[in-house]
Amino acid sequence: MRLWDRFLHSFISPGLWVPFGSIVLGFLVGAIIMAFGGFNPFVAYAALMQKAFGSPYNIGEMLREMTPLLLTGLSVAFAFRAGLLNIGTAGQMVMGSLGAALVGVLVPLPPIVHAIVALFVGVLFGALWGSLVGYLKAYRGVNEVIAAIMLNWVALYFANYVIRTAILDPQQKQRSLYVASSARINADFLSALFQNARLSYGFLLALLMVYVFWFLLYRTRLGFELRAVGAGAEAAQYAGIRIGRQVIVTMFLSGAFSGLAGAIEVLGVYGYMTISTVHASYGFDGIAVALLGGATALGTLFSAFLFAVLSYGAAGMQFAADVPLEVSRVVMAAILFFVAASALVRSLYTVTLGRMRRGSLESEVNRS
Amino acid sequence: MIDLIAQLINITLVFSSALIFAAMGGIFSERAGIIALSLEGYMIGGAFLAAVAAHVYEQLGWGASSAYLAFFTAMIAGMLLALIHALATVTYGADQVVSGVVINFLAAGLSVFLVKVIYQGAGQTPTLKTAVFSKWSIPYLSDLPLIGPGFFRMYPTTYLALFTVALTAWILWRTPFGLRLRSLGEHPAAAASLGISVRRYRYIGVITSGALAALGGATITLTTTGNFSHATIAGQGFIALAAMIFGQWNPHWVLLAALFFGMATGLKNIIQLYPWARDIPTEWIYMLPYVLTLIVLSSAISRARPPKALGEAYDLSRRT
Amino acid sequence: MKPKSDQAGVYVSGTTHGEKPGESFQGTTGGTEHEPIVRMVEITKRFGEFVANDRISLDLYRGEIHALLGENGAGKTTLMNVLFGYYQPDGGKIFMNGHEVVIKGPDMAHALGIGMVHQHFKLVDRFTVTENIILGAEPRAGFTIDRSRAREIVERLAGQYGLYVDPDRRIEEITIGAGQRVEILKMLYRGADVLILDEPTAVLTPQEVHELLNILRSLAAQGKAILLITHKLKEILAVADRVTIIRRGRLVGTLPVRETDAATLAEMMVGRRVIFNLDKAPFQPGRVMLTVRDVKEARSGADALKGVSFSIRAGEIYGIAGVDGNGQSALIEALTGLRRIASGEVLLEDKPIHNANPRTVFESGVGHIPEDRHRRGLILDFPLYENLVLNTYYQSPYTVRGLIQPLAMQKQAERLIQAFDVRASHLNVPARALSGGNQQKAIIARELSRRPKLLIAAQPTRGLDVGAIEAVHREILKFRDAGGAVLLISFELDEILALSDRIGVMYEGRLVGEVLPHQTSEEALGLMMAGQTARGVKEA
Repeated sequence: MRLWDRFLHSFISPGLWVPFGSIVLGFLVGAIIMAFGGFNPFVAYAALMQKAFGSPYNIGEMLREMTPLLLTGLSVAFAFRAGLLNIGTAGQMVMGSLGAALVGVLVPLPPIVHAIVALFVGVLFGALWGSLVGYLKAYRGVNEVIAAIMLNWVALYFANYVIRTAILDPQQKQRSLYVASSARINADFLSALFQNARLSYGFLLALLMVYVFWFLLYRTRLGFELRAVGAGAEAAQYAGIRIGRQVIVTMFLSGAFSGLAGAIEVLGVYGYMTISTVHASYGFDGIAVALLGGATALGTLFSAFLFAVLSYGAAGMQFAADVPLEVSRVVMAAILFFVAASALVRSLYTVTLGRMRRGSLESEVNRS
Repeated sequence: MIDLIAQLINITLVFSSALIFAAMGGIFSERAGIIALSLEGYMIGGAFLAAVAAHVYEQLGWGASSAYLAFFTAMIAGMLLALIHALATVTYGADQVVSGVVINFLAAGLSVFLVKVIYQGAGQTPTLKTAVFSKWSIPYLSDLPLIGPGFFRMYPTTYLALFTVALTAWILWRTPFGLRLRSLGEHPAAAASLGISVRRYRYIGVITSGALAALGGATITLTTTGNFSHATIAGQGFIALAAMIFGQWNPHWVLLAALFFGMATGLKNIIQLYPWARDIPTEWIYMLPYVLTLIVLSSAISRARPPKALGEAYDLSRRT
Repeated sequence: MKPKSDQAGVYVSGTTHGEKPGESFQGTTGGTEHEPIVRMVEITKRFGEFVANDRISLDLYRGEIHALLGENGAGKTTLMNVLFGYYQPDGGKIFMNGHEVVIKGPDMAHALGIGMVHQHFKLVDRFTVTENIILGAEPRAGFTIDRSRAREIVERLAGQYGLYVDPDRRIEEITIGAGQRVEILKMLYRGADVLILDEPTAVLTPQEVHELLNILRSLAAQGKAILLITHKLKEILAVADRVTIIRRGRLVGTLPVRETDAATLAEMMVGRRVIFNLDKAPFQPGRVMLTVRDVKEARSGADALKGVSFSIRAGEIYGIAGVDGNGQSALIEALTGLRRIASGEVLLEDKPIHNANPRTVFESGVGHIPEDRHRRGLILDFPLYENLVLNTYYQSPYTVRGLIQPLAMQKQAERLIQAFDVRASHLNVPARALSGGNQQKAIIARELSRRPKLLIAAQPTRGLDVGAIEAVHREILKFRDAGGAVLLISFELDEILALSDRIGVMYEGRLVGEVLPHQTSEEALGLMMAGQTARGVKEA
């Protein structure tokens, strides 16, 4: 737990320039790699921006891309506040998609109700999958990182199995049947606003979740308890908070955010669920988004936006500048690297400005 | 039936070899106190570089020795990635899990990026023709019934993997280096107070893990797939991690765990050849290593005892 | 070169360069007779703007036991960490045998013959005694460790210095006293001539302390130079040849122990007169508030409860003496709902509170000053005001319909800060930013504000300076005088003796005796703390 304290602390004390510096350095690393591969990084980054912001359609699609990033980011941030690293967002998202797809395909219900039930079941699947990690940690003593990694793969193969045996599209073989149109959550007015981009109510729901996240953490008793567990588990226990229960509840809610992300992908974007052999990168993305955002509501919103631009704009780089789109992944990894190794960014800052490093006095005083 | 068993043994060893390399690598890292979540990334790096290097050597006309050269060249990729991990976690005190995630993601992105750059936009490396390993038949022994085809007609990488296990155990428990490395996973401050450089030994441990896991990745390219794409490794690094935990950070037990998980993969491949087994859903077999690891970790009987200081940054300014 | 002092030279003894120190000790013969083995000159060490060591000078001779005395936070450990190479000084010089040295790290300190036993042992639990001793300097046979030779060396050293240890046991299987012997052997194995011991007696029974002091004497007699960091005057008077006193990072003076006494040393350490005796009102016990009856745990081990019974009355302080690790933590946790017990019962007045959750226990009237205030007592990154309602946050008016009310919390915090004189710049500062004394006052304020029937005070003054210790003692006595029942658990025998109305001694999960403070002695308590049951002193 102490590690998390310090990690959290490192975000709070130096203000905004660790994340900011990390972004700059991340783009720099991307530029160097592109130059190394024989590309002009300026042209490439311009193409990236062009793709992300070039037309209302592109902006809409970029925001569509941002939706799961934001939700998985909130998912990771929420658990992080309780001192847990939810590395299982990928699995929780798969379960969310599966829940939504099952209800969407198999259960006949009237419009709106159908969508709400499908969303709800998706959220529930994700939440339960998350609380399974919490249970394993709290009552079986399994490290949550290991548990989540294992459960990610279990979820993937489990979902593949269910799709294949229960809702497989006989023509396609590699994906499920389409969900009923009554279960779709398309928002036509939003799509129209962005030249028919696949923007659904899911996006609005995700924005609403930013507020929900903040309200849960800072205005409810549950949030107080959760933050207490995150900042000092033993003191929280002493204060009468039941840690085990709290860990499960936290992972349940964290998983709910991811489950919602998965459900929105099925109900709002694709309309079906595919069988895949590897995880989508959202597990990584969620962590990157949350940590860059300092595990705060607004920070997560901002970093989800940034990563959406990077992720969606990458296709433009490939198309217009011939740069393989994977370079955007490298940039994201580099940004997270610098956020994680914030001491590195801080020391660079110290060197450039020749200032005394803060915090050493404090650490000395606390040593006793 | 004998044939089937021999075949299963053989295929188990083939699929285990990569896991053994990577899991031994994991031991070096975690025994030194640094979480080895990045094994997946090292394997990706190794598989990538092995494919590219083997192709280059093949073009140079080095024939069958290309595979051997490429195999060892691959270590460089793993070591570089491990160096980044060590830099973040040892020098800059980054969270080890987060850094591990970064390495995995970086390896995946960078390797595909480079494949596209090198091979003009192709999504995978060209399939190797000559620069792959072929199985060795050990004279006389390979003619024995059952164990001959089971154990003694094998890729050289398998023998090397088994040798690595013995070497790892010897280093960790017999040499001063091993004692010092293990002390870092248990109580780095104690080691530091005796003048052992936490930084140097942790770097060595982590970089060794990168090199070994990269050999694991190279094993896959040069024995099974013959090329590299984004799906070549697909989670095997995490299975190796699971094997390492399953085997309680002890080389010999980890070997058994890796063999067991390798068998699960082997089983799936064999089963598909027999009509009676077609009904067994392959997904369940895929799931097996992960589910088993969870069951073992959550059972009260074998409480896993990871290195005590695993995951804790050692901060020079906080010594007391 | 004269040691600097902020006092007007009063305490400065004449330890100028080359001059022999007090006649109370004898330097070894030989060419180095007039040369101290270690001479630290005007060492300054800063952390940010905080000056931990301000031009401190100290010299040390072979065959000498030199005590370094100071309060918690005075800078003793920092100074020794400079000598051991952990920190680089910002100013000053270090000489060894007359040659200037720059000690860049522990390995270099070892090479120069300096060894250090840390307050918290630096032993690898899962390694054997031998492995711990040889770690970093292993005898080799080819590429491998020569284990039989290692074992031989350890046994030889152990015999030579009278430090008995079993070389093949794992550290997790041996006692604390044995662990300390391993630590000393680690230094001797490395050929250390200068031994630094940082608060070595904190975890030992009085008898073990006695044994340790004998070992130190014999080491000094064999020519080792010993630096003993401590804040315990008695030990200094018993064993040291000279003592150097530092206060708030500054040198107060160095003087031969022969020429001083406890009161002088205490005054030099604290900077003002110290009153050793507390003003304690006469003992007026009321009805029984807490009854603990044969409490046992399911697990085993020296620190598990194996049948503990005692009771505390209103207006009484019941002290539990004992060496760390004999079940005190388990007892506290069992009484506060943090640990399950297998049998027995705990009654608060007549209401059973064992195996209830911490909240129920707290609500029924138990206040608790936890052993570890940084981990259990406070959430260091939470603002002060949230810490002040840490166990009432869920009650009205702090929580209304599931929503927390920061304003109500702040109002309560304001009241407590006033009433208990907690010094903080404002309510929103994280608890981390408070001094140790103010942190402890905040905890006491929070616990006493609910008017508990029973106060459990575990190690209430650990790590505090004398001023804060007095304040904490006053609050505890005030609570007792107002009719509260107090359970005091402390490893400081002096504190137990000064505050308690009755004393129970804990050893390996049992109460081995119960005595009255004025009818016992430190020796008698020490024997009990080492496991010998009291004969004829058991009281009702």
